[in-house]
Amino acid sequence: MTDTVLDVRNLRVEFPTRKGVLRAVDDISLTIRRGEILGVVGESGAGKSMTGMAILGLLEPPGRIAGGQILLSGERIDTLGEKGLQRVRGRRIGAIFQDPLTSLNPLFRVGDQLVETIRQHTDLGKAQARARAIGLMREVGIPAVEERIDNYPHQFSGGMRQRIVIALALCAEPELIIADEPTTALDVSIQAQITALLKRLCRERGTAVMLVTHDMGVIAETADRVAVMYAGRLAEVGPVEDVVRRPQHPYTAGLMGSIPSLRSDAEDLRMIPGSMPRLDAIPSGCAFNPRCDLAGPRCRRDVPRIAGTGAACWLPLAGSTALTEGETA
Amino acid sequence: MTRQTAILEVDALERRFDVSAPWLNRVIERKPRRTLRAVDGVDFSIQRGQTLALVGESGCGKSTIAKLVTGLHPPSAGAIRFHGDRDRMQMIFQDPFASLNPRWRVGRIVAEPLRTLRPGTPEATVAARVSELLSTVGLSPADALKYPHEFSGGQRQRISIARALAGEPEFLVCDEPTSALDVSVQAQVLNLMKRLQREMGLTYLFISHDLSVVRHMADVIAVMYLGRIVEIQPTADLFANPLHPYTRMLLDTIPDLEAPNRERAPMGGEVPSPVSPPRGCSFHPRCPLAFDRCKVERPERHAAVRDGRVACFAAESAADV
Repeated sequence: MTDTVLDVRNLRVEFPTRKGVLRAVDDISLTIRRGEILGVVGESGAGKSMTGMAILGLLEPPGRIAGGQILLSGERIDTLGEKGLQRVRGRRIGAIFQDPLTSLNPLFRVGDQLVETIRQHTDLGKAQARARAIGLMREVGIPAVEERIDNYPHQFSGGMRQRIVIALALCAEPELIIADEPTTALDVSIQAQITALLKRLCRERGTAVMLVTHDMGVIAETADRVAVMYAGRLAEVGPVEDVVRRPQHPYTAGLMGSIPSLRSDAEDLRMIPGSMPRLDAIPSGCAFNPRCDLAGPRCRRDVPRIAGTGAACWLPLAGSTALTEGETA
Repeated sequence: MTRQTAILEVDALERRFDVSAPWLNRVIERKPRRTLRAVDGVDFSIQRGQTLALVGESGCGKSTIAKLVTGLHPPSAGAIRFHGDRDRMQMIFQDPFASLNPRWRVGRIVAEPLRTLRPGTPEATVAARVSELLSTVGLSPADALKYPHEFSGGQRQRISIARALAGEPEFLVCDEPTSALDVSVQAQVLNLMKRLQREMGLTYLFISHDLSVVRHMADVIAVMYLGRIVEIQPTADLFANPLHPYTRMLLDTIPDLEAPNRERAPMGGEVPSPVSPPRGCSFHPRCPLAFDRCKVERPERHAAVRDGRVACFAAESAADV
């Protein structure tokens, strides 16, 4: 038994439309170990949220998993069906979404929502569940818990609400937490509090975390490893220090360069020309090739793939990367 | 700029909003009237051709100032003096989806300020100007025939900029112009805005919550907290020597991409409600340097103390030493 909590193998998510099948997630393979935070980063439409939703079994029809496997602690969950998934979601995989207000029911006291979730996933009685709820609220840093447990969601600030959502995700002590843009709706000072909280919980409880965000800064502060997505595919995977400081994929390098840096005094920011292709117009070969300065003939012909760690690039920027032969487009 | 002249001067600006309960509740439940001081005594000026940035977290009043300066809200007290042509002030908004009429073609959207400000301009001139503006912001003149939904977020923000430029502005109020955009697109829009400023001598009032964006764009930065400017300094000075404890805390929240995964103690507490701000300095409950005076008396910016750059008793006493 290894300590791999999540193992995604060659995942494909497709949306059949009138104009043809759109591939929103294209051959993604990822693993997350116990106590590890994997950051999944990319721009809007890169497929990062879709990957999280596919793992949770929450794809909106007509979206569907068209290929690959999802294993949770060695057990396949993509074939479970709705009933089986309900036992996995919430209990073994917790979810945190961007907007804490829509994750909480405005008509119920937060304490009751926590107690209900705890009782649904465990055998605890009412009083025990309430004691557990109080413990969780304390753990996520809510002050004066005894007074606030019977408040309604609107009586909390945005940062406090997100803490309660995290407490909800922790109710059943899940093996994996999928956090989709958990700090995007929050102010910068609160953002730092929430990422610190996630990091601490992950370390103390050994929970695996998949942190989905568009914000490279949040990734740099929080994640152990990073997966960069582009047009539904993985562009680069590696330890956060390597990806942030020595990016190998020209897209990652461009992305890092376009962030205004506190150390640079350049008049203009580096920018990547153009924009990410729409799903119905993904170019042949490497999806990034029309925007890439370095693209050669092979980049326009063959799809580069990643074997484990490294960049999906035929001409990576630094060092050499083991590439597997991709399918010819 | 060779000549330093202020294009905009703001003095003791205040904006209050009435957030009282409805009249019946006030009478029956004896609830008092309550006012929210969104902007509470703000002074600043902007030099022609420069960029002043207002930074702060949600609810600090920065967007209210944008609305006061552009005349979308009347001020409750204080003065806004604009030494320019009112018709040559334009605004760029945050949401490129909500700020463009979805039923109008791009050509009509961009031409609107022209048609409004210079009625009677021949249609051929308007069309030529629209083509020119679209090219200026990096779109194609053929895009004039398309509708906003055919464009991505970054392209829509370019359309907003083209529309703002149509009135030949000298002063642009930009309220979080890139917050809704992905970083690679943000870089394109920020570079475009800087290029236009160089070429046309534009003045920007730039509102943002993102200190690294602001550092890239602004000549002078004003940090706001609960309706007040707590610190105002030229950009390089602010980053080299932040004077207010709040500014220091904000700077510390900026992720450092050169040194990922550093350990740090995040800023404690949250911004209090602007309806019932703390007495004295409104930052004192979160401030590591707060002492008794901060709890009862409100610090002001004094020209004698650190050139009036900071409103903080702790910074004042440090200056005395």
